[in-house]
Amino acid sequence: MIWSNEYAIDILPVLLDGLWLTVRITLLGMGIALVLGLFVAVIRFLKIPVLSALFTFYVLFVRGTPLLAQVYAAFYVLPTYGIRFSALVTGVAVIGINYSAYTAEVYRAGIEGVPAGQWEAAKALSLPHRRTWAKIVLPQSIKTIIPVLGNYWVQMFKDTAILSAITVVELMQSAKTLANSDVRSLEPYTIAGIMYLVISYTASLLVKALERRYAPTH
Amino acid sequence: MPPLTDHHAATESNGRGTSEMITFEEVSKSWGDNHVLRSLNFHVAPGEKVSIIGPSGSGKTTILRILMTLETPDDGLVSIEREPLWDARGGAKPKETKQMRAICRKIGMVFQSFNLFPHMTAVQNVMEAPVQVLGMSKDDARERAQDLMELVGLSKHLDHKPPELSGGQQQRVAIARALAMRPKILLFDEPTSALDPELIGEVLAVIRDLALSADMTMLMVTHEMRFAEEISDRVVMFDSGRVVEQGPPHKIFKDPDHERTKLFLRAVLER
Ligand SMILES: Nc1ncnc2c1ncn2[C@@H]1O[C@H](COP(=O)(O)OP(=O)(O)OP(=O)(O)O)[C@@H](O)[C@H]1O
Ligand SMILES: [Mg+2]
Repeated sequence: MIWSNEYAIDILPVLLDGLWLTVRITLLGMGIALVLGLFVAVIRFLKIPVLSALFTFYVLFVRGTPLLAQVYAAFYVLPTYGIRFSALVTGVAVIGINYSAYTAEVYRAGIEGVPAGQWEAAKALSLPHRRTWAKIVLPQSIKTIIPVLGNYWVQMFKDTAILSAITVVELMQSAKTLANSDVRSLEPYTIAGIMYLVISYTASLLVKALERRYAPTH
Repeated sequence: MPPLTDHHAATESNGRGTSEMITFEEVSKSWGDNHVLRSLNFHVAPGEKVSIIGPSGSGKTTILRILMTLETPDDGLVSIEREPLWDARGGAKPKETKQMRAICRKIGMVFQSFNLFPHMTAVQNVMEAPVQVLGMSKDDARERAQDLMELVGLSKHLDHKPPELSGGQQQRVAIARALAMRPKILLFDEPTSALDPELIGEVLAVIRDLALSADMTMLMVTHEMRFAEEISDRVVMFDSGRVVEQGPPHKIFKDPDHERTKLFLRAVLER
């Protein structure tokens, strides 16, 4: 098969559409993962009977099963119980939930990295609990948390390709559709690959910069 | 010097008079087989400056941590101004209550390892509790913080963050931070033992000024024997979770009754 510039330019808009959807899925999915993960991490840290154990199992379960299996289950099995959402909504939700288990662990490590003396000083000053979390503990864990979260974000960007398995027309699915209908696979897959590469490489440079910015100062 | 406390203390020195600031009655605490406090009885009068000495592991820090509600006693009663802070008499499991939190506000603590908030400037460290707990306006709190920073000799370092300060400076900020809540009781847990020798003096000087000028009740765990002798109304010798003996500093340091105290003092002073 010989590369055709003409064909490549022809399919570019379709692939850009796919890329745009991939980017939006990543943004939304990470949004879910960041908020849900923080919630899970705090509940686990508080060691609330039953609830904390439940969330520990949640993390174990989500991390212990393949993302693809979770996506399939949510899209093909849940509807048989009457729970039905569009492929896109299902995909974003599953990828967000999946990553929340990882972000929860990142937060946990960050929270546990704050020395006990900080909690004790806050208590000695009678600071309200919420204030202690928001202004003393979380800001100090940020240093360790931010760069790792950045790496997960880049990884999620690539993992969105899995949603092509449930017909979400993101970048991978766009390339696949083009390849099937035009019977030319070289250009769609090559261009899609370059798009993934350019974005994730750029993003990983950003993460490196963040790492440097938040590098421990003492 | 700004007013450090909102109250006036009675001038009692033996700690067993009618007014009591801190009371431990038959307090026990253990971790597994390690009986850290054994039916401890211990009293501090308002305004009294008490130094606690004793070997490592004898339960000195545990006493302070129980007062800070960082640990829960297994048995006994701990009161502040005769209001129960912990009521575990008969082994009852005490719970944290609103009343307890109100009592806790009367107590400030200075830690061995300073425990300043490293991401906040010195003045922010001092302002934090007055604004968040006492509901002071930022301007008033800043003014109070600036006065206190002056008191500890750090007016030039208001906007420095703890990692930019020396250990001695950090501990002085920590003292200012504790004072900002105008506590009736100030606890010190070996405030100079994490410091390089040349920085100890500046911290002791600040504590000495406080001890001599403020009517605050002060309870200090220390290995600085000369300092304890100088500022304390009373020295309490601790061992194995019990008071071995106590009395005025000249008595304890010059002429202790108990062999245990003699041995301990000899060991410490020979270092
Ligand atoms: N959270 C804890 N869990 C288990 N054991 C503890 C805990 N806190 C303190 N201990 C034990 O209680 C004993 C008394 O500790 P404490 O810190 O009160 O001693 P200390 O008199 O302050 O000693 P030092 O001079 O070394 O500071 C020690 O044996 C210590 O190991
Ligand atoms: Mg100690």
